Amino acid sequence: MSTTTLERESKTAKPSPRAQGAKKTVELKETIIEIVSDSGEGAQRCGQSLAQIAAKMGNGVWTVEIIPAEIQPPARSVAGASGNRVRIGSEAITNGGDEADLVVAFNEQVLLGRVRAGELKPGCIILLESMWRNDRNPAIAASYAATYDELVKAGYKVYEIPMEQECRKLVSDPRRGKNMFVMGMLCSLYSLDRDLAREQIGITFGKKDQKIIKTNTDLLEAGWDWAAANLDFQFSIPAKRATEPQLVINGNTSLALGVLASGMEICAMYPITPATSVSHYLSDVFERVGGLVHQAEDEIAACAFAVGASYAGKCTVTVTSGPGYSLKQEAIGLAVMCEIPLVVINVQRGGPSTGQPTKGEQGDLLTSIYGSHGDAPKVVIAPSSIEDCFYSVITARKIAETFNMVVVVLSDANLATGQQPFPRPQFSEDWLAPPYDQSELPTGAKPYDWDATTGLARRFIPGQPHGMHTLTGLAHDRDSHVAYDPLINEEGLRHRSLKLAALQKTLLPPKLYGDEKGDLLVIGWGSTKGAIEEAVGRLRAEGLKVSSMHLQFLQPMASGLKEIMQRFKKVITIESNWSDDLKDQLIDEENRRYSALAMMLRARTLIDVDCWSEVRGRPIKPGIVADVLRAKLQK
Amino acid sequence: MTLETTHCLLRMYEEHHALEDYQGGVPRWCNGCGDNAILAAMQRLCRDNDLRPEKTMFVSGIGCSSRLPHYMKTYGFHGIHGRALPVAEGIKMARPDLNVFVNTGDGDCCSIGAAHWIHAIRYNMNMVVVLHDNHVYGLTKKQASPTSPRGLKSNTTPRGAYLEALNPLTVTLGIQNVSFVAQAVDWIPEVLYDIFSAAFHHRGLSFVRVLQRCPEFLPKMFDPWLQDPQKTMLLTHEKGLKLSANLAKVYKNQRQHDPLDLNAAREIASIDDPIPVGILYQNPEVPCYEDLRHAGQFRTSDYVKAGLEKEFDKYTVWPSDQDESKPAA
Ligand SMILES: Cc1ncc(C[n+]2csc(CCOP(=O)(O)OP(=O)(O)O)c2C)c(N)n1
Ligand code: SF4
Ligand SMILES: [Mg+2]
Repeated sequence: MSTTTLERESKTAKPSPRAQGAKKTVELKETIIEIVSDSGEGAQRCGQSLAQIAAKMGNGVWTVEIIPAEIQPPARSVAGASGNRVRIGSEAITNGGDEADLVVAFNEQVLLGRVRAGELKPGCIILLESMWRNDRNPAIAASYAATYDELVKAGYKVYEIPMEQECRKLVSDPRRGKNMFVMGMLCSLYSLDRDLAREQIGITFGKKDQKIIKTNTDLLEAGWDWAAANLDFQFSIPAKRATEPQLVINGNTSLALGVLASGMEICAMYPITPATSVSHYLSDVFERVGGLVHQAEDEIAACAFAVGASYAGKCTVTVTSGPGYSLKQEAIGLAVMCEIPLVVINVQRGGPSTGQPTKGEQGDLLTSIYGSHGDAPKVVIAPSSIEDCFYSVITARKIAETFNMVVVVLSDANLATGQQPFPRPQFSEDWLAPPYDQSELPTGAKPYDWDATTGLARRFIPGQPHGMHTLTGLAHDRDSHVAYDPLINEEGLRHRSLKLAALQKTLLPPKLYGDEKGDLLVIGWGSTKGAIEEAVGRLRAEGLKVSSMHLQFLQPMASGLKEIMQRFKKVITIESNWSDDLKDQLIDEENRRYSALAMMLRARTLIDVDCWSEVRGRPIKPGIVADVLRAKLQK
Repeated sequence: MTLETTHCLLRMYEEHHALEDYQGGVPRWCNGCGDNAILAAMQRLCRDNDLRPEKTMFVSGIGCSSRLPHYMKTYGFHGIHGRALPVAEGIKMARPDLNVFVNTGDGDCCSIGAAHWIHAIRYNMNMVVVLHDNHVYGLTKKQASPTSPRGLKSNTTPRGAYLEALNPLTVTLGIQNVSFVAQAVDWIPEVLYDIFSAAFHHRGLSFVRVLQRCPEFLPKMFDPWLQDPQKTMLLTHEKGLKLSANLAKVYKNQRQHDPLDLNAAREIASIDDPIPVGILYQNPEVPCYEDLRHAGQFRTSDYVKAGLEKEFDKYTVWPSDQDESKPAA
């Protein structure tokens, strides 16, 4: 909930210099800032750096990348907005929030893109690059003037900022550098720590030479001073500096650190957005802990390579997204059939097919649970925060090796690029895998000596004397001999399935957010947790009897879910995957396609679980969730 | 492929193996199937080199030929169609100490797995890859394969195969980092064995194409070569194959060929009548991918911890009172 109130109502289009002392600083509990530019102008770097500074001061932060679909969209285009949303608060922030309170735009077209997407709060402050007003191209100048008038008329508080002109005093090409001028302005506007901001320049441009750092520091100071002298408002967001060291990273870095910490040694991958940065980071640092990244010729090879490496020793990880995940299916099935531990990280993007490469979606849940032909039971877990990304990889590796199963970790593009501070993990020896077993096996030992209750069998690793057998993807018996007997085929199926039950027995029921019973239970999974809980929190503050529950384990699901659900009058899932809308003419209860988790829960509990979903390639907003839940309560 | 020194560390004392030590189940191939000869040569090779069965891996895809691992008494990995090579690469990367052999069919390698084949040559990992080339899909009952000669009638080409056959030798010899290419035929076991032996002792990926009879579906395919020894050109060289006197008497069509000569190898590879048999190319200098990738660290938990903490440091925001302890950036 953000409470931006301007000190004065006047929309100072061309702010006049005024004495700094005349400004009153307005204290905010939290705020949402967006910085948008053409791609290549550095708005993303500006946003990320801003978030880092605020986080270091002890603010809660969450960042959302604003990514154009194309790599090089045309300049000044409505669809080309590139940048960052930064939500800063006094308390911890768990999601990107609702509409923005302040937007900095490098041209009016990218700004229009955000306005049309409904991303601005009514009356939002806009800091707009003013150079276009006098552009040599009359069409551009006219477009700018018209947009400006339109926005002012719509009630936005538009400030025209001569960014280009000011930066030109310091650099010859302000296209590179304007972003740090803007950062300086924002640091001043939000009363951030000036020393930390200077320090951040050093970190951001760490690998570059001193000249670059000096130029950018000058730009930062210039932006700072300009805002202080020319803008008639200032905010502060009180921060509590954490007492414990915090990591400030995005979800993909967190996943990669999880790989380092999990004891896995090999990552086989093929580049794909939005998963690639996991591998970029791993390629850079994995060798520091004795690991390696293999970039295979395609995802089929990457997965087969991972299966081979896992089989031969320690559990291996393969990292991918939608299309790559589809290609891996046959090799995943092989790992399931042969009971080879394997961790598959799927950073979900919009689908089907090439879909929306840079946008988040939760469309792969069912394919993760049921994917690969035949009955291919595997474990599916979904992190719901940046911190979770780290620990879920460690958990995944452990489960994979304990149960000799495939474990799918479902992240998504929203977590991938979102940044959020969390307590620095304390290293534990338990994270690591023990050395692989090379001990001699008793003669006659069977490679699939399934336990009748748990389905578990000791894994044989090449090199173990007396363990020689030929592993096969064909149906096989306990000796790994090809099964021609139909009963033996069923025996294999049963034992592979039983392992899920064995794991399920160890899972605790998820904790509820809110009361133990009430009128409405909201269930979610993955990256939507922050938004759902924030929405539920708002409704609870209004006195409504709503609680929420977030599932980390999607397959198997913890026991006790049904009992929890029965304590509520209504149950609804909130997801970011497709579900049919009953308002559509042809859609009725008989043919409605439900969201993935809703479908799973309905099948598992026979409870009439409703669902609401949005698949717009942007994080679900808490305000929208709150409206949906309110409506559901009234129905 | 050469032995890793780690082999000797454990059980130095025993290790004299008999053929039975490598013989798994009874082969279920058709009578007269060329795969039997390949299996026999492989078992002999293992015995003669005293390979420890538990340190030896046969990896395959799917096809008649890919059944081979089941008939060995080593570790085996009978995986999925076309993917034997990436599986074997993963195994080798994780476990350079294992002797890795790959058995793959002409469909498995040259069709569904063709991308992996090209890249496997480029990775040049230390393993022996045997292409069982019977010019047909055996397991799925007679469909044309990429190596089927033009005009071959099969269940999917009842009026004859439309395209010229792909030549696995010229393809392989055209790939960067190729380090060993040979051709053998299942019906000259002595040469088959010698080539496997040379392949095994080569460090790098040894690619051996074996022309393999499938009496079930193409009973006459190789008859011209079986009937007329002149149609087989044996490649000999002091650095390559040396023929026994008996063999030299039968196969008089011989050619001296230096396996280091890539240009000559490419020229020979493209000859289809007579067919070349022997080592076309061998270059021991090509680096192996696993050697390039393994830094050889000893991965203790302290080592992992140190690396990890260093990464954490990069992203850590320290509480103010701990600023002192902040490591220098
Ligand atoms: C993905 C997939 N596609 C198709 C098949 C069916 N299939 C099995 S073996 C084979 C071809 C075998 O031919 P080849 O590789 O030449 O081996 P051969 O049987 O001749 O030794 C095919 C098409 C399969 N098992 N998997
Ligand atoms: S079908 Fe052909 S390749 Fe397959 S086992 Fe029979 S003879 Fe051998
Ligand atoms: Mg074949």
